[in-house]
Amino acid sequence: MAEFSIDRFVDRYARRTEGMSASEVRALFAVASRPEVVSLAGGMPYVQALPSGDVLEVVREVLDEHGSMALQYGGGQGHVALRERLVALMSEEAIAADPEDMVITTGAQQALDLVGKIFIDPGDLIAVEAPAYVGALTAFSAYEPRYLQIELDDDGMIVDRLEEAFVRGDRPKFVYTCPNFGNPAGVTLSYARRARLVSLCREAGVPIVEDNPYGMLRFEGDPIPALRTLDPDNVIYLGTVSKVFSPGVRVGWALAEQSVVQRLVLAKEAADLCGSSFTMLVTERYFAGERWRTNLATLVDTYRRRRDAMLEAIDETFPDGALWTHPAGGFYVWVTLPDWVDTRAMLAAAVERRVAYVPGTAFYPDGRGTNKMRLAFCYPTEDRIREGIARLGSLLTDEEQLYRSLGG
Amino acid sequence: MRVAVLAGGRTPERDVSLRSGHRVMTSLTELGHETWVVDPADAPLVEALREREPELCYLALHGKEGEDGTVQRLLHLLDLPFTGTAPFDCEVAFDKVLAKDALRRAGVDTPAWVTIEGSALRDLGAGAALDRVVERIGLPCVVKPSRSGSALGVSFVERSLDLPAAMMAALSFSGAAIVERMIEGTEVAVGLVGATLETLPVVEIVPKNGAYDYAARYTAGATEYFSPARLTGEVAGAVAGVASSAAAALRLRDVTRVDAIVDGEGRPWVLEVNVSPGMTEMSLLPMAAQATGMSLADLCDRVLRSAADRR
Repeated sequence: MAEFSIDRFVDRYARRTEGMSASEVRALFAVASRPEVVSLAGGMPYVQALPSGDVLEVVREVLDEHGSMALQYGGGQGHVALRERLVALMSEEAIAADPEDMVITTGAQQALDLVGKIFIDPGDLIAVEAPAYVGALTAFSAYEPRYLQIELDDDGMIVDRLEEAFVRGDRPKFVYTCPNFGNPAGVTLSYARRARLVSLCREAGVPIVEDNPYGMLRFEGDPIPALRTLDPDNVIYLGTVSKVFSPGVRVGWALAEQSVVQRLVLAKEAADLCGSSFTMLVTERYFAGERWRTNLATLVDTYRRRRDAMLEAIDETFPDGALWTHPAGGFYVWVTLPDWVDTRAMLAAAVERRVAYVPGTAFYPDGRGTNKMRLAFCYPTEDRIREGIARLGSLLTDEEQLYRSLGG
Repeated sequence: MRVAVLAGGRTPERDVSLRSGHRVMTSLTELGHETWVVDPADAPLVEALREREPELCYLALHGKEGEDGTVQRLLHLLDLPFTGTAPFDCEVAFDKVLAKDALRRAGVDTPAWVTIEGSALRDLGAGAALDRVVERIGLPCVVKPSRSGSALGVSFVERSLDLPAAMMAALSFSGAAIVERMIEGTEVAVGLVGATLETLPVVEIVPKNGAYDYAARYTAGATEYFSPARLTGEVAGAVAGVASSAAAALRLRDVTRVDAIVDGEGRPWVLEVNVSPGMTEMSLLPMAAQATGMSLADLCDRVLRSAADRR
């Protein structure tokens, strides 16, 4: 009689890997990759809009002029020329920054991991908006925090709830939010709430982690000052070029006060020594010219039309009882369905009908969100979006009929 | 021999199938066969098979098209010999409604069940008869899609008020759901291999969180396995016996895995059969083979020879 171990190291893995498990939802996405399936699931930027000639030109420039540097290791903080360039890019959103207060990371995703690494001890409380970006949750969860979830509404995080938690005596290590057209909810934190959040956290001595991948993808309305602008000393700001240039270059950054930056740089060096000199320099050259502005304008225009197509189609085809957000930018619409709907269970039927979405539970650390779903309008064309939403609408109608037939 | 290993496809079990297929390919190559993987999701299957003209297809596809007879029918049409069960018998084996009925007719114990078609709920008001289901099957019960693998869409129901949600989850995967009596006991699996479908030692499955669901199946370390199972010789013999009866009743060929549960009295109940059992490093069949000293290559060889000799 032998106990059979399929993984002979099973008793040796760290506790933090326990949450990393195979999932049904991921398995279903294998089916969703069929070309006939309209995927409203992935948040893939529409990189086809980027003229390859523009990229080729900067790549050539980098290799011609800085070839040996581009192919070499660099410093852990990232090339200073790029940091200076990104400071200029941030000024487009009226965010003031010093290149010394910045560390370049492998996408903003690495910055999330590094923030987790330098702030979270196992069992520490951290506050996250709910729903929150799933990649932030997976990055933080590796450091075994406890979560304080602060619900969102159409004006972003309900800051009063955070205040209530502070009054109760909760002191999270930090507060995580994605204030502009956030992933997944697509909502934007109002100015009044930003001001309140900043002063509340300052008083409580709790830093804010502001994740802003979508800020420059605004379709309408006036930009609202970044949290970082409202309180530079207490906000760790995360940026990325993934949505305004390319996720393939893996260039993101964290902007924070010196003491934090120094720790982030050390953590970054421990993780991977340095980012890719090559793509850092390519990114620097891309934003050195003026063509990025035209390309970005094209992207924003494309996304706006896709959002409009999605909202219009939802309005036409979703049954009564569904509620959804109206994002002023970004990639996502967040849908809340009647309580009896289980979007995770329904995903198989959706894929069978050739449409895919991300079930809401992915965006909460505790299994909440069973009746919610994230719909991404960034990648499929308008016609495909209309088709996908119509399929989803008819599925929801049929599900309701099925539910009623089961006595609901 | 020139062998195309069919793996991948566009089913929820795609990744598992690719892992199975890769391992089968490596093993067959080791045995001296000219082997390559064909993924029906990459290119139209017929074209891909015509291009390299295999002498035989090894089926490592999991889930609907690969196990319900669809691919088998096509290979039959192309006059390409393949491993595993014949098309119509695949169709029966893959569909729990048909398979359970065939097992019952053959006198093989399978937990009591009721089938509810989605269309009966939508068009015939079957929902009003749900109380009858609970009366007949009792609680707790297990709700499953009739046609799906890897425990996808399966729910355990303890209270009747949770039955509708479980039905909806199962019907998301399939046109019909079965509500099955839950048998408390030891979960086991029996591999059968070769022309005579010889039984391999019984493997015992102990999921750490109680349920042998998708995550428990495919997350390393989430389930403990005992091979051979911690059963008395008599009970293990009974399990092997029902597995053989089930395979015979369903006319399975070359390789299969029968999943069963042994109740408190030592009586085995057949839950389902798999015409294309997983061959990954975490799969039960290779595990059982290894308990007898049979390597993965030996296992693949026996499957291959069984299929090739049929010609």
